[in-house]
Amino acid sequence: MNEVLLAVDNLSKRYKLPRENLLAAAPEVQALAGVSFTLRAGKSLGVVGESGSGKSTLARLVMALEKPSTGRVVLDGLDLHALPPEALRQARSKLQMVFQDPYGSLDPRRSVGQTVAEPLAVLHGASRAEQRERAVEALDAVGLRAADLAKYPHEFSGGQRQRIAIARALITRPKLIVADEPVSALDVSVQAQVLNLMQDLQDRFGVTYLFISHDLAVVDLVCDEVIVLWQGRIVEQGPPERLFTAPEHPYTRRLLAAVPGIAGMAGMPQNVPSPLPRSP
Amino acid sequence: MPRRAPAPGLFCARSFWASRGVGYRCHVSAPQPELLTVTDLRVTLQTARGPADALRGISFALQRGDTVGLIGESGCGKSITALALMGLLPDGAQVSGSIRLAGQELTTLDETALCRLRGNRIGMVFQEPMTALNPLHTVGRQIAEPLRLHKGLSGTAARAEALRLLQRVQLPQAEQRLDAYPHQLSGGQRQRVVIAIALACGPDLLVADEPTTALDVTIQREVLDLIAELVAEDGMGLLLISHDLGVMAQTVQRLLVMYGGTVVESGPTAAVFERLAHPYTRGLFAARPRLGLKRGTRLATIPGRVPELADMPRGCPFAERCGLVIDACRAADPPPVPVGLAHEARCLRVDA
Repeated sequence: MNEVLLAVDNLSKRYKLPRENLLAAAPEVQALAGVSFTLRAGKSLGVVGESGSGKSTLARLVMALEKPSTGRVVLDGLDLHALPPEALRQARSKLQMVFQDPYGSLDPRRSVGQTVAEPLAVLHGASRAEQRERAVEALDAVGLRAADLAKYPHEFSGGQRQRIAIARALITRPKLIVADEPVSALDVSVQAQVLNLMQDLQDRFGVTYLFISHDLAVVDLVCDEVIVLWQGRIVEQGPPERLFTAPEHPYTRRLLAAVPGIAGMAGMPQNVPSPLPRSP
Repeated sequence: MPRRAPAPGLFCARSFWASRGVGYRCHVSAPQPELLTVTDLRVTLQTARGPADALRGISFALQRGDTVGLIGESGCGKSITALALMGLLPDGAQVSGSIRLAGQELTTLDETALCRLRGNRIGMVFQEPMTALNPLHTVGRQIAEPLRLHKGLSGTAARAEALRLLQRVQLPQAEQRLDAYPHQLSGGQRQRVVIAIALACGPDLLVADEPTTALDVTIQREVLDLIAELVAEDGMGLLLISHDLGVMAQTVQRLLVMYGGTVVESGPTAAVFERLAHPYTRGLFAARPRLGLKRGTRLATIPGRVPELADMPRGCPFAERCGLVIDACRAADPPPVPVGLAHEARCLRVDA
């Protein structure tokens, strides 16, 4: 059994809303309420739920971009939110993030080389030569070429941009990658390429994923364990093969029922052999 | 919220076909004239890299009450088709071929005539309701606008009609919501408002471009149900544009699969999904992550990428990425080959 990499313990977050009345206390919204789970190294945990369920708040707290109201996030033995600033900065190379929109998450004025090497420059103060060497390595891992280093994001398609974002996340050799809807903005065939790539990287480097998605089918494919968030709470938790075949919570059932499926149509082949050659 | 039963015949492709027994309804044999006929529509856009053929000869027809889906990936031309229908193509676009709405040719109309048509006889629903709505105007005022503009209703009459429309799209507390601003509504509620605006003048044709892509799955289902229900009630034609195979399977009767500015396969939805005649349709279907796949299963991918419009190869646009390609594919654009009743595919290798 792999060791526990990430332990989230009774995590809560309240946000203050703008005051409605000068004399009354500012109203608060409970974005996350008492969330606990553990994630073993080399495994993937899926987080599903709708807008406002607390998925992204959870991501921001795990990434230590915000302080929780209560609770702890322990990554590889380090209590992230209790670390002094410099130690937290050092710890950040262990966790990286991939965002939803590959058009918005890459700076259009920076070359791919600059973008991919930036975490190294910031976190490790690596030399130019080392940055370049590692950037080539990272690009190679995601199926891009060294010649792409000098190019700019607009020269790439959506799927390639998401590969660049993944290369940027990989360059610090992180233990945990938080992926917030990493394939939601991509076309179906490109989505498949990126999902395959993410699984390959896990096999090769043993990366652990916290995989946030509203797409149950994607989570089912990629994750070993799934938590269902609803109004900031975990309403159900379990391996996808159980959760998606025998859901216990009404909310999970409702989510599942809403998935538009072709499977419901009469005479539908469930698995069509592809005539296409496998991509390299 | 309890789920409404789907409107018989229209919402669910399965019950639609079942209720008609065997065989598919065929456009040719229908008695009524067609609502929308698109014939050999070609659009050339001016880009920085020179002229690009965005649509390379699209033909399809749609009757009242028909629901047709355009499916394909970014850059296949599905949104350009919608823009061409509404006369909203970017400046410098060259259009040839014909678009006839109830017998009237649209490609030759001037801007004034098109303005009379849009929002009146053609209703539009776009992907992102937040950008489709004006943040500075109340919901009621925005729904009333087409009514005052096209129907010449007075302020009070338009407001009363706006309220009726909001109730029709099942927005809770419609009366109070008339004076709400878009930011006070949730994404699903905003999309209901956009649908109310599209329906305001009782259009003949509703064009919905990715209407649920920005919404949560449960809301997506409600909005699709609502659209299907309204289309059935009013007997409009629906042109639905989406990249989501599941959404299509549940919502439309006929499907046009687009790639590289052409329709590579078209037919009744159930037949298209059953036969998957074109290699691209097959590739799309196989690439789709779906519930119940074993963890770690590698999805089939389509190698390569969509060709640039500006340098589209000769012959079949899919040839470079197709596993069944032969020399003849690259020589000339393959003609449509019938593969079933009202079902054709532009592929030389349908029997391979």
